[in-house]
Order: sequence, then structure tokens, then C-alpha cells
Amino acid sequence: MSRSFETGGAPHFPPHSTVSRVMLQVIAALVPAIAAHAWFFGPGILVQIALAAGFAVGFEALMLKIRKQAMHLFLGDFSAVLTGVLFALCIPPLAPWWIALVGMLFAIVIAKHLYGGLGHNLFNPAMVGYVVVLISFPQAMTAWLPPSSIAPNSLDLGDVLITIFSGQLPAGLTWDAITEATPLDSIRTSVASGRMISEARQSPVFGDFGGLGWEWIANWCALGGLWLLWRRIITWHVPVTMIGSVLALGLITWLVDPGSNPAPLQHVFSGALLIGAFFIATDPVSGCASNRGRLIFGLGVGVITLVIRRWGGYPDGVAFAVLLMNMAAPLIDRYTRPRIFGQ
Amino acid sequence: MQRDALSQAQLAGERLYHFHGGLRLRHNKKISCETPVEKLPLATRYFVPLLQHTGREAEPLVAAGQKILKGEQLGCFRHLGSDCVHAPTSGTVTAIANHPISHPSGAEGRCIVIKPDGLDEWQTLDANEDWEQASPATLREIIGRSGIVGLGGAVFPTGYKVRQASERGIHTLILNGSECEPYISCDEMLMREQPDSIILGARILQKAVGANRTVIAIEDQMGVVYTALSEAVKNSGASGIDIVKVTTIYPEGGEKQLIKVLTGLEVPSGGRPTDLGLLCQNVATATAVARAVVEGKPLIERTVTVTGNGVRKPRNLLAQIGTPISNLIDQCGGYAPGAVRLILGGPMMGYALSSDSNPVIKAANCILVLTEDDIRPPQPEMPCIRCGECARVCPALLLPQSLNWSVRSGLWDDARDFGLSDCIECGCCDFVCPSHIPLVDWFRFGKSELKLLGLERDTAEAARQRFEARETRLERLKQERKQRIEEKKRALRNDSEKQKKIAAAIERARSRQGKDS
Repeated sequence: MSRSFETGGAPHFPPHSTVSRVMLQVIAALVPAIAAHAWFFGPGILVQIALAAGFAVGFEALMLKIRKQAMHLFLGDFSAVLTGVLFALCIPPLAPWWIALVGMLFAIVIAKHLYGGLGHNLFNPAMVGYVVVLISFPQAMTAWLPPSSIAPNSLDLGDVLITIFSGQLPAGLTWDAITEATPLDSIRTSVASGRMISEARQSPVFGDFGGLGWEWIANWCALGGLWLLWRRIITWHVPVTMIGSVLALGLITWLVDPGSNPAPLQHVFSGALLIGAFFIATDPVSGCASNRGRLIFGLGVGVITLVIRRWGGYPDGVAFAVLLMNMAAPLIDRYTRPRIFGQ
Repeated sequence: MQRDALSQAQLAGERLYHFHGGLRLRHNKKISCETPVEKLPLATRYFVPLLQHTGREAEPLVAAGQKILKGEQLGCFRHLGSDCVHAPTSGTVTAIANHPISHPSGAEGRCIVIKPDGLDEWQTLDANEDWEQASPATLREIIGRSGIVGLGGAVFPTGYKVRQASERGIHTLILNGSECEPYISCDEMLMREQPDSIILGARILQKAVGANRTVIAIEDQMGVVYTALSEAVKNSGASGIDIVKVTTIYPEGGEKQLIKVLTGLEVPSGGRPTDLGLLCQNVATATAVARAVVEGKPLIERTVTVTGNGVRKPRNLLAQIGTPISNLIDQCGGYAPGAVRLILGGPMMGYALSSDSNPVIKAANCILVLTEDDIRPPQPEMPCIRCGECARVCPALLLPQSLNWSVRSGLWDDARDFGLSDCIECGCCDFVCPSHIPLVDWFRFGKSELKLLGLERDTAEAARQRFEARETRLERLKQERKQRIEEKKRALRNDSEKQKKIAAAIERARSRQGKDS
């Protein structure tokens, strides 16, 4: 007797990996940095993550419905959640709730779905959302807290929730009293006012290399990034050239004029450089496809970041640098195609 | 060919190189290697497809009702890289009918249906025990008429390949014994059990193509095989046969990858190993050659691995071409509970069959039966997230994600530039793709489209050339005629003698006219 079978395409193996597994691993790699953030700057980050991820998933569901896409399939890929988490890590922990709303609106609706949804976006959605709110709401976006160890007033979860949702600080506190310039910002203002970097570094917001607290978040980002490298979710090319170019250019500017330029390691451990190097510039969708392309991409992000920090109008430039290089990625890909076997 | 490339190719196997990408997969070979190869008893019916090779279907040479002997030619089409098929046993041809032929398309094809008489009686065999006295041309002729095709799965006619190779000039014969796809162990078992036959085949092939050296490549985990083959080389007294162990990385058994590993050289895109003076043959093909030349027996049987969690007793069988697959499964104790997929070939490049009534064909190195847990559930495809894993594992150094874009958008010039035709369809990209895009399926489709476009272009080009040739020809004829008239006129004008005669004639005519009037 002959027996019939269902057919199916090769390879005849259980799935090796899935998109959701990739996204979940990236989110998992961010957990140490998130914990460090909460440790140094209070529970605000957790609220922001919940807000941003919630809005992201909401907008994602809305767009999927409008675009008649498979809802459970794409909501289950966790890409919108990841966008929300990355966005939340970039904004001040006490930013009002509508910052996340506006950011996610631009990130998910415009940068992602209007470009064709998962896999088709030209720009990194989290960075688009971040840049939009950074440019549109500069005041809300600069209300950074000092690390809790040097903060005169510490806020508990209730205070944080009230602040985020009402926009009002708890009674007896003023924004001036609780916020503090970030290390990159204080370098910028002190250099602008003609003081030396060494003087600026006297401020308690500085740590060993970067900012107090910030450098630990950066460390945990790097550790998470190394784990992603080991898991082969990302390749070494972008982080190496991005950090390398910042170190090299930072060294040159520092050697030329140590008075008004921070030391190269200060650059690496400040701002969004390490999270950018491991989690944002390595975004495969908006980055380069070939390894040579990735080297150039990372180099470009590093150089532009440093140029913006040194000569531009913003204390940190990672987001702008990533978006600018996103634009260049298709062109870079075109000229860095690997040699085909036998050609 | 560059001189240094040639000299490097001559050092094949002296040191080993790496190829880009590939996968380290779990071997799963042990389960089918525990028992010796078993010979399958006679079946009640044989279905011998007329298409078991690249190129065109063979033309039947027998008719329904005809009695045939084992080894008799059933069909042949010996042009355009096609080949012949032979009778697996003696009996009667009951029909030439359409039947599933174990083709990736799932299509039916013409088969010679044989009812065995149970005698299994050979036709008169043209044995050449003293093959060493035979000329290379004779050897090539015997190989060419014995229905031998590449048994590694490519089923390219060996006779054709050998003929081409001898014309191009070959210095080294490479015998491919690295199966590299998981589960498949038929070549390993063959090398263990019939090392003498393989070495004999190697020597015959070497002589047929005029090579002075043979390199047999086996996987590094095949310790027993190495000893067996070394022993066989020593016993044969032949010189110039080296056995080389290569690391087991899929798809190292691919011809181009194996050559890269052995020589460090890449077969030029669109070229063949003969461009480097190399000829690559599967070890099973070598035994088929030995049997054809020394015993005069055409290719009518092969070793088939029957394995997977879906069969009760996995093992290797010596099966007649044309035997229904269900017979092989029965020989292995039947299906285990939970068998859901029947595959011809390995898990990476094999294709699922819809029924076990399909016959064993020359390409059938493995019958793999898998259970639910071994395969991927049918799932929707996600969009490409450009993670680049496919490019990392691609042994042809392609960017499968870009190819995917261009093929699906019908950008055929882009697809060609991105090296679509260099894809070896190994399936590594499919394996790692987190979005589960059936990349190789798209690439196969793209290749056939490119071929079609090429044909259309060729036809259009030929028509254009014909038209232009006609136009120039007509133009030329016109010019020639014009020139001839001109020349005639000029000749008349120049020829004073004639001119005078004409003038005289005119004069005469005038005077006559004058007289008349």
C-alpha cells in the first residue's frame, strides 16, 4: 500500500531562529542598562518604558489594522516594543507622558509604517521619534536628573508618576532644584563660556571617565552588546569602527587642545555613544548589509557624532549621526557589495 | 588559465583552505551506519523514469509486452548532456506510462513499467577484466553507454563530463566522499564496504581523462573509511592516489566548495572545474564506473540511505533503480509513529515527496522520513529585516537578501549583477533566515526567469541579426546590379571598336531610313 504525505519546502529542519526571538534577545540585552538607569536615576525610566512600549504597540496595532496586515503575527514580533524601549532610554526620566506619545507616533506611524512596515523603514524608528521630540520640545527634553547619590531631593515612584502624568512636580520642588545639566551639556556650556574642561570636570556629575552613573549605564550597554555579539545577533563591524573613530578623532582634538576638548574616553562613556554603537547603529533594517558597508557606516556615525559634539548645536549627536548615515546606507551598500565566489 | 593557478591546482590536497560561510550541522549519520548495506529483494513492479539525468528525457527503445533482460537499454537520448536508462531486472515491459518520477516539481513523467520474471537474468555482459590494456577513448565510450550519472545528486551524465574533461586536459581527479548533508551515509558505507571498487573506479577514471593524480576527499569524522581506503590503495599498487580528510562543514560536498578547500582556488563564475584542470566525481560514481568497465554492468542500482526518526530501522540499502520507495521503507521495518514527511535527499537540499509509490532514481542518495518535531511547522513568512545572517552563511559570497529583493521585484538586471546564477541552492540562507523566507525557492524561480529572458533575448537577437543580414544582402545586390550596369555602360563607352560599329550601325539605319522615305 502506498502512503501519501504532505509536502513542504526545504530546509527540513525546525526553525533556527525567528524575528521575535531576535527582537527579544536585543530587549534582554538592554535589561542591565535599564536596571543601572533605574538605580542611578530613579524609577522614571521604568515608567517611560511602559509608556513608550505601550504607545508603540498601540500605534503598531492601529497601523496594522489600517494596512490590513496579520495582527498577531506582527504584534508578536516585538519590534515595536524594542523601538519603545530604545526611545525611552534616550529621553529624560521625568519627561511628560505626551513626549512618549508624540515620539512613538512619529516612530511607528511615520518612520515605520508609512515606509512599508517591518523591514522596510529607511530610518531607525526610535531615533526618528527621539529627534522629533528633541527638536520640538527642547525644554522637556533637557530636564535631566542628577544621579540619585548626589541628588538633593530623591523622588519615589508616586512622585515620578505624578510628575510624568500631570507635568507638575510634587509640592515644594522646582525643576531648577531637581534637574542638573548632563555631563556633555556642562562640558559644552563651560567650553562656550571660555572655561577649561578640567574646571568643568570639577562638577559632581562627572565620574571616572564619563558622567557619574552614565558611565555605568554605558558599561552595561556595552556588556549587553557583547552578549549580542556572542549570540551573533549583531556583528563587530559597526561598534568597532564607531567607537574607534570616536576614540581616534577624540584623541586628535584632545591632543591639539586638551583645554577645550574632553579626553577620548570621556566621549565614549558619555551620552548615547555605547548604546548607539551596540543597539542603534547596528539596527540591520536601516543600516548597511555587507560587512565592509557596516565598517563605513560605523565610521560615519562615529565621525558625525564627534563633529556634532565638538562643533554642532547639540551636546550629543548620536541620533543625528545615525539618521544621516541611514540615508547613506543604500548608497554604501551599492558600492560595498562583496566579491561573488569565482568572480 | 593563469600559470600559477594551474600549478596551485596541481597541489590539490597538499594543504587545506577555508570557504566562506556554511553551517555546522548535527550529523545524524550514526543511526543509519550500524548495520551493513542490505540488498533489497526483487520488487513486484519497477517504474524506471526516462528522465533521471540533466538534459532531455530518454527516448524509449522498448515496447509494451516486450521481454527484457537485466541491464538491457530501455531508453536513450545521448545528446545535449542527456543519457540512457537500463533495465533493473529481467522481465516484461507492461507499459510505458506516466507515473510520479520523484522530481522536485512533483510532476509525473514517462516511466518504463517492468514486471519482473523473478530470474534476474543478465544480458550478455561485455566485461573488460584487462581494462588496463584498453585505450582511454574505449574507456570513455564504455562509461558513456552505461547510463552513469553523477550519483552525488547532480545526475550530470558522467560519459559527457569525462569526454569534455579529456578534451580540456585534466591533471587531477577529485573523488568527492564528503557527503556533508546530515543523515546521508550511503557514500560513507560504500567507502567502508567497497574501498577496492572505489580505487579501481578512480584508476579507470584517471586513465579515461588522462589525469596523473587522484585526490579522494573524505570527512574528518570518517576514521574507518580512511583506513579502509588507504588499505585499498596499498593493495591496488597504484600510485598517485591521496586520501585527504576535510572538515565537515555544510556544503563542503559541493563541487566548488570542495575544490576551494583542496586547492584554495575558486572555479570561475560560469566556469567548470575543468578550467582549473580538475575533474570532480562522487565516490559512488567511481564504483559505477568500475562496474561498468570491468564487469560490463550498466548503472541499475545504487546505495540508498533510508533514515530519519520516521523509520523504524534506519539503514543503507542496495536498491534497484525503479523500485518503489515503499519497498525500501518496508525493508527498514516500516514507518515509525509520527512520520509526517518523506524526503528524497537530505534535509537541506532534498525535496518532499507526496507519496511513497515514487520510484528510486539515480539521484536518490537518501530517503529521509521525518516526524513533526524534525521539521518546521508551516508558518507565514515575515518581511526581511536585513539581519544579514544569509550573507554570513552564503558559500557563494552572495547577498541573498538583496537577491530576494531583486527577484521578487522582477529586477532581472539587478538579479544578474547580484550573481543569481552563482547561487548553488545549498539552502544555508533558508536555514538561518529568522523571517523564514523561502529564499532558495525564489532564487530557483529567478534563475528560470533569467534563462527564459536569455532565450527570448537570444531569439530576438537572432531575428534582428537575420533581418539586418537580409537588409545588407539586398542592399549589396542592389549596389552590385547598379555597378554592373554602370560598368557595362562604361565599357561600351570606352570600347572604341564597338563605338564605331554602333555609329556605323546607326548611320546605316539612318541612310536606310532616308532611302525608304
